[in-house]
Amino acid sequence: MWNNLYYQLTDTWAITRRNLLRYIRLPQLVFFSAIQPVIFLTLFNFVFGGALGREGAALHGKYINYLLPGIMVQVTLFGGLQTGVGLARDLKSGLVDRWRSLPMSRAAVLAGRTLADMLRNVVVVTIMLLVGHLYGFRFYNGFFHSIEMVAILLLFGFAFSWIAAFLGLATRDEETAQLAGFAFVFPLVFASAVFVPTVSMPGWLQHFANNQPITFAASAARELALGLPSHGAIWKILLWSIGILVIFVPLSINRYKRATS
Amino acid sequence: MAELAFEVNNVAKYFDKVKAVDGVTLKAEKGKIFGLLGPNGAGKTTLVNMLATLSEPTKGSLKVLGVDVVKQPDKVRKMIGLAGQFAAVDEYLTGEENLYMVGRLYHLSASEAKKRSKDILDKLKLSDAAKRQARTYSGGMRRRLDLGACLVGQPQILFLDEPTTGLDPRTRLDLWKIIRDLVKGGTSILLTTQYLEEADELADHIAVIDRGKLIAEGTSQQLKAKLGGDVIEFELASSANKDKALEAVSKLGQKKPTYNEDNQTVTLAVGSGGSKKLAEVVRALDSADVSPHSLSLHEPSLDDVFLSLTGTKASAVATEDGGGRKRGKNRVE
Repeated sequence: MWNNLYYQLTDTWAITRRNLLRYIRLPQLVFFSAIQPVIFLTLFNFVFGGALGREGAALHGKYINYLLPGIMVQVTLFGGLQTGVGLARDLKSGLVDRWRSLPMSRAAVLAGRTLADMLRNVVVVTIMLLVGHLYGFRFYNGFFHSIEMVAILLLFGFAFSWIAAFLGLATRDEETAQLAGFAFVFPLVFASAVFVPTVSMPGWLQHFANNQPITFAASAARELALGLPSHGAIWKILLWSIGILVIFVPLSINRYKRATS
Repeated sequence: MAELAFEVNNVAKYFDKVKAVDGVTLKAEKGKIFGLLGPNGAGKTTLVNMLATLSEPTKGSLKVLGVDVVKQPDKVRKMIGLAGQFAAVDEYLTGEENLYMVGRLYHLSASEAKKRSKDILDKLKLSDAAKRQARTYSGGMRRRLDLGACLVGQPQILFLDEPTTGLDPRTRLDLWKIIRDLVKGGTSILLTTQYLEEADELADHIAVIDRGKLIAEGTSQQLKAKLGGDVIEFELASSANKDKALEAVSKLGQKKPTYNEDNQTVTLAVGSGGSKKLAEVVRALDSADVSPHSLSLHEPSLDDVFLSLTGTKASAVATEDGGGRKRGKNRVE
């Protein structure tokens, strides 16, 4: 049993390592996955900043303090969605067939992919924090809560990776996997408190926006970064992340076991 | 009876309503090359995937070295190596890294995985490219690396699904040599191909499948014998004297001679003792005052076998050189 667990870990590491090597050899990929959110951050900060900012003492007078934690949710989710693209590519190229013919763990290919994508998210999050700092973003709640914020976002992105894994295996095509991911993440990101508070939305949308996980994630990130009074968003997003994992880890692994190119 | 490399017992695989494999039974001896021959879409890959534990049969059972593939897939995976239709290597990893990763996934220690990667790269003449990313490799190098990846686990049986499709003739010959060497080392091999020539050259035993069904089985010699032995062919200068020519040789063959308008060629199946018949044909044509452009005697190629078994010309499906007819030894120009 311990042997089995040991091989689960070494298998997962072998796959993670392979995915990370790819990212190192393809630095453009990591660069461009960071550039898009930086453009988002820049545009939103300077386009909407004037109209929306300076509204609360809680934000220390700067829209960037509202925007950055929100946009980091978007970034980690988009990063998570790449999992589906990578898996669909491996499926097409026949690599998944090879792995499935090896006496290795049935979970390792998915775990290795989602872990590598989480580590890539660490790089992207770091770039976002640096650019955010330039634009005036500051943590106001101490070092440990800042780490906690990043950890919660990475966990949420990791959970989303497993949804993306399922989409990638189900669609078997990189572009379709990407489109399928964006199709449900885009509306969720915009109909949330990621970019703007929900109060100005029509009633029905406000109700939806206030009760969906992406708003919880953005609120949790803001509570932790800025030290805002807690409304339980942290617990809600933890539960959502765990819930997604409980459903999609077995679902994706089951899909993987039957996947052929 | 000696233990079998693999056996397929009345196996069927349906995808929705498509019968990809429809009741196939095969038995392969250990330490030999078993050739699975068929055109595109015949069901070759589906069979290989089932043997390699990638998919389960709708009906029937499969065993690899006596182990049931559906009941004990993990045990089977420890004994097999699969090289699928695509060269499944990571193009951004070096040759060495590709093999090392597979070695670790076979649960070799890090040092053992390194050592075996190096040995295999040497054996496949890839050591010079070991530290280069696979995307810089040529098509043939990729195939060799792919083959190398399935050797890392030192499998007792290899499944090679169309290993030479898309390779140039020279690279194909290189790969054939590697495959022959592996068999000499005691490995059993299942090789699928749509190239008749390849099955003829490599396989000890050939199964021909078409549209999911087994249509013929045996050694290359046995399959050729089904056509009734040697064939004499001669090409006429023009179609004008075709009737004269057909009349002249009509009694010499086992069956009536056939005439192909396209290349003005008369084909005559003569059974055994072809060279004696050749002289008779020459004499008959001479006295009928017909002088052929060219005249040849050859054993029937697998192409002929395939044609007579399926009614479709395999070379029309198989591409360029692979389906080409092997010219006979006694060709007279």
